[in-house]
Amino acid sequence: MAVLNLVQAINQGLQQALIEDDRVLVFGEDVAVNGGVFRATEGLFEQFGDKRVFDTPLAESGIVGLAVGLAAYGLRPVAEIQFLGFAYAAIDQIFTHAARIRARSRGRYSCPLVIRTPYGGGIKAPELHEESSEAFFCHMPGIKVVVPSTPSNAKGLLRAAILDPDPVIYLEPTRLYRLLKEEVAEEAYITPLGQARIAQAGDQVTLLAWGSILERSLRAVRDYPVEVIDLQTLSPFDRATILASVAKTGRVLIVHEAAKTGGFGAELAATIAEEGIMSLKAPILRVTGYDVVMPLPLLEDYNLPSEQRIIDAVEELLRYS
Amino acid sequence: MPRETLANFSIERLEILDPRGEVDANLLPDLTDPQFLRLYELLLLTRLADERALNLQREGRLGTFPSSLGQEAAQVGSAFALAPQDWVFPSFRELGVFLCLESSLPNYYRYWMGDERGQLCPPELNLFPINIAVGTHLLHAAGVAMGARYRQEPLVAVPYLGDGGTSKGDFYEALNFAGVYRLPLVAICQNNQWAISVSRRGQTATETLAQKALACGIKGIQVDGNDVLAVYQATIEALKRARSGGGATFIECETYRMSDHTTADDARRYRDSAELESWREKDPLLRMRRFLEHRGLWIEADQQAQEQALLQRIDQAVEAAEAVSPPTVEEMFRYTCHQLSSRQEEQLKECRDGRA
Ligand SMILES: Cc1ncc(C[n+]2csc(CCOP(=O)(O)OP(=O)(O)O)c2C)c(N)n1
Repeated sequence: MAVLNLVQAINQGLQQALIEDDRVLVFGEDVAVNGGVFRATEGLFEQFGDKRVFDTPLAESGIVGLAVGLAAYGLRPVAEIQFLGFAYAAIDQIFTHAARIRARSRGRYSCPLVIRTPYGGGIKAPELHEESSEAFFCHMPGIKVVVPSTPSNAKGLLRAAILDPDPVIYLEPTRLYRLLKEEVAEEAYITPLGQARIAQAGDQVTLLAWGSILERSLRAVRDYPVEVIDLQTLSPFDRATILASVAKTGRVLIVHEAAKTGGFGAELAATIAEEGIMSLKAPILRVTGYDVVMPLPLLEDYNLPSEQRIIDAVEELLRYS
Repeated sequence: MPRETLANFSIERLEILDPRGEVDANLLPDLTDPQFLRLYELLLLTRLADERALNLQREGRLGTFPSSLGQEAAQVGSAFALAPQDWVFPSFRELGVFLCLESSLPNYYRYWMGDERGQLCPPELNLFPINIAVGTHLLHAAGVAMGARYRQEPLVAVPYLGDGGTSKGDFYEALNFAGVYRLPLVAICQNNQWAISVSRRGQTATETLAQKALACGIKGIQVDGNDVLAVYQATIEALKRARSGGGATFIECETYRMSDHTTADDARRYRDSAELESWREKDPLLRMRRFLEHRGLWIEADQQAQEQALLQRIDQAVEAAEAVSPPTVEEMFRYTCHQLSSRQEEQLKECRDGRA
């Protein structure tokens, strides 16, 4: 098995998808000759040619709208949006069309597309390059939202996303691209969508996280009896795994980078309140980004949940018996 | 029932100053010798301030930076034509525009150092913040232009964009509004041939970018974007037309990005070095300098003295930018909304109390 980082694992996943299924097409801004600004598509253009891997004009709504048509026509588009902040320009196509084609056509057309995009903070980049707006997409019925957190699940979740018959937003935590390395199985495999993963076992607190903040959470709580759950898929999310853990621990901490108000943590907290409140020994706590526009590099560390904020919350929860 | 041609169009290109420094005397803009000298000073200042930013980035004192190397004439030539009441909507590569408008260089550096306060616009300028999302600000310019027409103020809205920006839907929407409502808008496009790794040919199949204006019923013109006099002349004419109710113009300045896209990019991956070399002869500074020499306005000694003076100014700007104390977390919250919500108040307190 090769030791890969997240970007290499995604690259391998794309390569295998292109080999496996000639309906798969990879496109976006700078994905072909340049191999993507983070090199996620490096070498694919050389291997598969410009019919299958191509650069588009600079037009996000165009890229996604094109993918909707390709998908409805029976192909398997994997479109890249260069940074999540630029997907806002494509929200109309994502929400108005990709998410609703199946419903509007009463099943006659479907939209099996994947939109890959770098996501999240911690990389000291310019404005709009560090957005954590997963909750917007989770709120929209008809699309799935996936966030890998390790090279292994990045590859498996990507394959599952490409095979999925519905539109999938695949959010790649930019901070992790080159941070983590691990052995990744050579062959193509699936990490099923809609299933969470226990990233650390524990019995006193359930910590829910995803993407790059999961990595930070794991470092923060490694010496605590905390069960860390990596959601992997946010929409639909794995209620069973979460509720089983809450039943065991009775304490819940949710950590995310996005702003607190209306963040995806609110949905998790509400679900636990509805379906698991009898197990709770303590209030559900959230450690999140603040309700501010993601700041420029000099202030971004203040906004992202720090290890200390996570530890403080765990200790606060442990004071409840 | 014949087939007939309903309309024919053509696109004009304007060149005044050639690479050898020769000018077409008939087309020479109505500028004084001190103004010609000032134009050259601004070109040089832009070049030197840009080089300094690249050096600061390499030293880790400044973040990702988009260089304007090679594009000085398109920036300075157009901004030099503006009137104080005009509203300017920069994209992210307009150092020369900021310098020409005499916006603060320390602030410009601070922005790219990652400090929000670098976006602060001096009260005497109508300068929008640097816009990172490509092409989205043209509609804001259209909005300001419409407001100006409504209030009958003689201002013109001037958005800047790149060749890549012309592919965005918002670009077409803005030009279309400008056409339908006959707005006082002058869009300045720096066609620097590349949008990161995608060439101008990969962006559009049209012969020129200027002709995109025709579909919206506004004027489009192409100018030699490395010719500061042609850019100035085209802009002055477009501004005049806009102010007199003649409607909008789209100006394509044909130029070249001599640097990488940003300091995070490596243009060698996608760009032929011969192409780069072929543009060196068209350097906008060199030809303006030759023009000044032909006119007897410039000698070698002037060049050195001026470079020294400008470098000193740049040194002071860097010093000023770095002397500012770092932003506090209040900066993060203060401008989110007019008033903080109770939750934001709590978050600010938590953040200030040093839990971060
Ligand atoms: C809406 C949007 N999509 C993608 C990006 C990422 N990006 C930044 S600059 C750039 C290329 C811009 O090319 P162009 O408009 O020609 O301007 P130039 O960089 O050449 O000055 C891209 C794709 C962005 N900033 N905004």
